[in-house]
Amino acid sequence: MTGIPENFIRSNLQGIPFVGPEIILTGAIIILLIVGVILPYWRYRRMFTVLALLGLIGSLLPLWKLPTPQPDLTYLSGLFVWDWLTFFFKLFFVVAGGFVILLTQGSSEIDNVEYSECTVLVLAVTMGMMLLVAATDLLMIFLAFETMGILSYLLVGMRAGDVRSGEAALKYVLYGAFTSGTMLFGFSLLFGLAGTTDLLEIGRQVVAASQNPQDKILLIVAVLFFLAGLLFKTASFPFHFWCPDVYEGAPTPITAFLSVGPKAAGFALFIRLFYPLFTTGGEGGMYEAVSGLDWPSILALVSALTMTLGNLAAIHQNNLKRLLAYSSIAHAGYLLMGIVALSDFGLRAVVFYLVVYLFMNLGAFAVVTLVASGGGSEEIDSYRGLGSRAPYLCVAMAVFLFSLIGLPPFAGFVGKVYLFAAVIYKKIYWLAVVAALNTVVSLYYYLRVVKAMFLERPTEASQVQVSLGSQALLLALLFPTLGLGIYWQPLAKVVSGMF
Amino acid sequence: MVPEHILSWMIFCPLIGAGLILFVPKRYPTLMKVIALLATVPPLWWAANLYVSFDRWDNGFQYVEKVPWIEAFNIHYFLGIDGISIPMILLTALLTFICVIASWNINEHVRGYFILFLLLDTSMVGVFSALDFFLFYVFWELMLLPMYFLIGVWGGPKKEYAAIKFFLFTLVGSVFMLVVMLVFYFGSVEPATGLHSFDLTILADQSVHQSFLRNHTIRWLCYLGLFIGFAIKIPLVPFHTWLPDAHVEAPTAISVILAGVLLKMGTYGLLRISYPLLPDMAVAFALYAALFGLVSIIYGALCAMAQQDMKKLIAYSSISHMGFVMLGMSVFSNTTAINGAVLQMFNHGTVTAMLFLLVGVIYDRAHHRDIDGFGGLAKTMPIYAGYTGLAFFAALGLPGLSSFISEALVLVGSFQQYKIITITATTGIILTAGYFLWTMQRVFLGPLNKKYAELPEISLREAFTLTPLALIVILLGFYPMPVLDLIGTTLKHTVAMVVG
Repeated sequence: MTGIPENFIRSNLQGIPFVGPEIILTGAIIILLIVGVILPYWRYRRMFTVLALLGLIGSLLPLWKLPTPQPDLTYLSGLFVWDWLTFFFKLFFVVAGGFVILLTQGSSEIDNVEYSECTVLVLAVTMGMMLLVAATDLLMIFLAFETMGILSYLLVGMRAGDVRSGEAALKYVLYGAFTSGTMLFGFSLLFGLAGTTDLLEIGRQVVAASQNPQDKILLIVAVLFFLAGLLFKTASFPFHFWCPDVYEGAPTPITAFLSVGPKAAGFALFIRLFYPLFTTGGEGGMYEAVSGLDWPSILALVSALTMTLGNLAAIHQNNLKRLLAYSSIAHAGYLLMGIVALSDFGLRAVVFYLVVYLFMNLGAFAVVTLVASGGGSEEIDSYRGLGSRAPYLCVAMAVFLFSLIGLPPFAGFVGKVYLFAAVIYKKIYWLAVVAALNTVVSLYYYLRVVKAMFLERPTEASQVQVSLGSQALLLALLFPTLGLGIYWQPLAKVVSGMF
Repeated sequence: MVPEHILSWMIFCPLIGAGLILFVPKRYPTLMKVIALLATVPPLWWAANLYVSFDRWDNGFQYVEKVPWIEAFNIHYFLGIDGISIPMILLTALLTFICVIASWNINEHVRGYFILFLLLDTSMVGVFSALDFFLFYVFWELMLLPMYFLIGVWGGPKKEYAAIKFFLFTLVGSVFMLVVMLVFYFGSVEPATGLHSFDLTILADQSVHQSFLRNHTIRWLCYLGLFIGFAIKIPLVPFHTWLPDAHVEAPTAISVILAGVLLKMGTYGLLRISYPLLPDMAVAFALYAALFGLVSIIYGALCAMAQQDMKKLIAYSSISHMGFVMLGMSVFSNTTAINGAVLQMFNHGTVTAMLFLLVGVIYDRAHHRDIDGFGGLAKTMPIYAGYTGLAFFAALGLPGLSSFISEALVLVGSFQQYKIITITATTGIILTAGYFLWTMQRVFLGPLNKKYAELPEISLREAFTLTPLALIVILLGFYPMPVLDLIGTTLKHTVAMVVG
């Protein structure tokens, strides 16, 4: 904190270094676009990968030069805040974007003609998410939300001429437009109430307004409308219907991206919006919902329904991408438990789980991509006996799936313990029991894949070839999935520092 | 004589072996088997050392190791053994060694089999020596993965069904345990540090429990959650249906481990977790637990009588025998019954191991296990018939063989507290004698089935796996003190604590 006298950075010029990551990413996007026009882009797949990765890594450089994040360090006229949440999620999205670029590089679903656009869009969505987690102003939040949203619709529909991809994109757009419109309406209600778009100021006004019966109705409507947008992004009940179709239709690496990136952004936004606006307290790490606005109870119910529906629907899926789509719905339900817990501990659990989820879910999708590219399909049938044809891939897949179930010694187990602990700490036992039973249900369908891979006989004998690069990518995802399950003290320390 | 960190060595020695097997080239399957065997020898040696140097008069934990693992959650890598764990550790070390030899005829996916087997070994020893609830849970769950694959890949015709059934049943139990574990974590404060704790020795101290953990309903639900988790593992009727399926489909060595060691984890868990943490509930629930035990004894025996498949018969007999353990463990008015129960845990481990090994021998030759499909085998395989006779008589509780003493202790002890239940349970012994003798008669006596006139006699390798178990069965039948000495002090302390 040297050289900056107070937390509010008055001059916008001084604030510019704080948006360094976004500026560098924008630069990278422009370079990629220009290069894509000048060079015969369909020949230089690898070059685009390298450029995009350089852009992502470059965007991290300013992070180390900036002062230590502080809860109330706002910049650019108070539009953004530079706290640990911002810092952490910027890193998170860069890692997610990087893995997805690498995954796309090795995927046969996205051909060379589309590849340059794909890298551009992935970077742009990443930038949108980075802005979103830092924003503390309703207007800015909405802009970033839509930057992320609209570009991800494009990503889903990227495969020209593929009907399924087009259909998925259309569904995503319609649903997305509807829910973000609803959310925007919620924003306008709050603006009308408070006369400002600054979150902290609105938060103060909300507490005052909740005393007034007429304003209270307004607040309740606003909360519900907020929920529409956020539950859509996180693919939670009752706004989850788009998820399986979109996940199935989109190219697999993009599905992987959607299942971790925007979902994580949605949860970050939950923390950004709901905690300053609709809670009071914060002493001793416990919060209380603003009186009369019982959103935690609604969310607890949503959480239970989301995980139960996701898990039950997943049982009957024969397409692995649909199965993982429903599993990602279920995981949104688990993650909501942390939001419901109304404590710093719960928020830590959410962040911890998101990190773990990033690795295990990307890992599972990485295997799906590699199997599909190696001559298989996304149907579970084509995984029959794959254990002997592609042992490395299948052992990796088994690890990712066991981690998704939440079995020790894998990271998913620790993440789940965090979430369970959060609700038990808050004494919401029924939710913990529902989640526990859901774990058992989820075991069944994840094991269907494991069973197909290892317990059934192969239908053909040929080995599935996996390139050295893909093996390294899998290893990079396996290492944290296993490592964080055995020793997670470092990450535990990081998330404790955040809240 | 006893190396430092002996428990850690016993836990991780098999894991090191598994790591080595990973790097053996595929064309040397025998080398993999040899490594697996060598990885189980040192634990057996250390177990023998433990047996000699274990202090029989100390009611606390011995060979304790405690290092912080995850400071953020106050989780420790905390190991130690007392009189309840040591017979289980001895049993595990012995049975894993024997089972590697019994697995010598595995020729499919040899690498995977032995890696998973050794991983299973690690988790079993871990469960029996962990003193931190979290660590205990990790080892407890870790055991599911190898077991699922061992049944599912190397099992019989319905292996997929059996494997997933085993996994689902056990997981239901363990997720309840997880919730209870977290309730205890937040419900207790370590006085020295003011932190929440997973330390079982601290959680056992009732004064660290916070007010909401003193709530009667919460305690009741917690006890029920733990009990269901452990009852599925034991397994008590009506949570038992996974066991016959798992046994029938599992390969011989895995059946041995399943019946010999894994079932004991259920009763061990009750003794290690439920009783110390919730002693008041243990007493309040004792009558129901005794009834569960009784139902298991009778129902298991009746089901066993109706079986055609030898493995299924032994599986149901296991349910019946574990019922005696449960009955003995629900008596708190004297220490006789609980001593008998823990002795029965050990004896059942050795006797059932023999039974499953013996069924494996005949299955390898005849490729079926149909009781009525044989006849007069005593003529072609007299030595085999001798071993089987010994195992059957031991299982039905013939005086002079080990199970007699443990079952007698259980019944003598429990008669003082539950008269009618004990009298009814005694009929279980008669039923047991009935089905074992009937099976004996159908398989070994009577006219020789011509189809099996040429069956080769038991091989040296097979005899080698059976002989140590047979010797233990006979020795403990005449002189049970080697085991009773080990467990007595701790159990006295346990009962005093529960009642106290």
